[in-house]
Amino acid sequence: MAKLHTVNKSPFERDALEACLRLAKKGSAVLLIEDGIYGAMSGTAISDKVKQAMSDVSFYVLGPDVAARGMKEDKIIDGFKIVDYNGFVDLTTEYDGVHAWL
Amino acid sequence: MSTTKKFLYVNRKAPYGTIYALESLEVVLIGAAFEQDVSLAFIDDGVYELTKGQDTKDIGMKNFSPTYSALGDFDVSKIYIEKESLEARGLTLDDLLDLKYEDEDDDYAEKDSIHVVSRDELADIMDEQDVVLSF
Repeated sequence: MAKLHTVNKSPFERDALEACLRLAKKGSAVLLIEDGIYGAMSGTAISDKVKQAMSDVSFYVLGPDVAARGMKEDKIIDGFKIVDYNGFVDLTTEYDGVHAWL
Repeated sequence: MSTTKKFLYVNRKAPYGTIYALESLEVVLIGAAFEQDVSLAFIDDGVYELTKGQDTKDIGMKNFSPTYSALGDFDVSKIYIEKESLEARGLTLDDLLDLKYEDEDDDYAEKDSIHVVSRDELADIMDEQDVVLSF
């Protein structure tokens, strides 16, 4: 039952990303969307925690939300895959259900 | 009798995920229209409001970041950014909009509106205000 976890809150304002990383099982995926995309940026107070989780979990970030917020793709942590809306839909079909963290 | 008060608008939310950032900007412009002494502070996720290169065409929302560049024309020229908030997010001044104003007391010289300040300096700025509105 590998799930797709979506996180839409900034990791600096809420602890949804940390809760998700704590409980996501090996082989599952995390997709950062909306204000959640700030968690995909390198050089932040939370980036080491995300990098540590990469050995067990696949990470994705929604490109249109990155562009909207003026964040640069070259500052996204290595190992993240950038997806568009079609990629988002594909992920929901590839995994066994979606856990939308709020 | 002077009716000018010192207004500080405190911005702590990222843009687009919630409506706070846009609503704050609307209220700032109202305060400026009433010729109050307006300052803006950007702390915590509020620093994300000022990133340059915002492109919202694929999320179906209006990009309101160009409006910050117009603040100088409304005599809003005191914009304070907390240094610690920038650093925690891996951002530098180069990642932010280049906001300017023309100083009418200095032959309309173009000057920077943005001031990066420490947490302690910002606490003092907040303490000096008559009215603080937090978003």
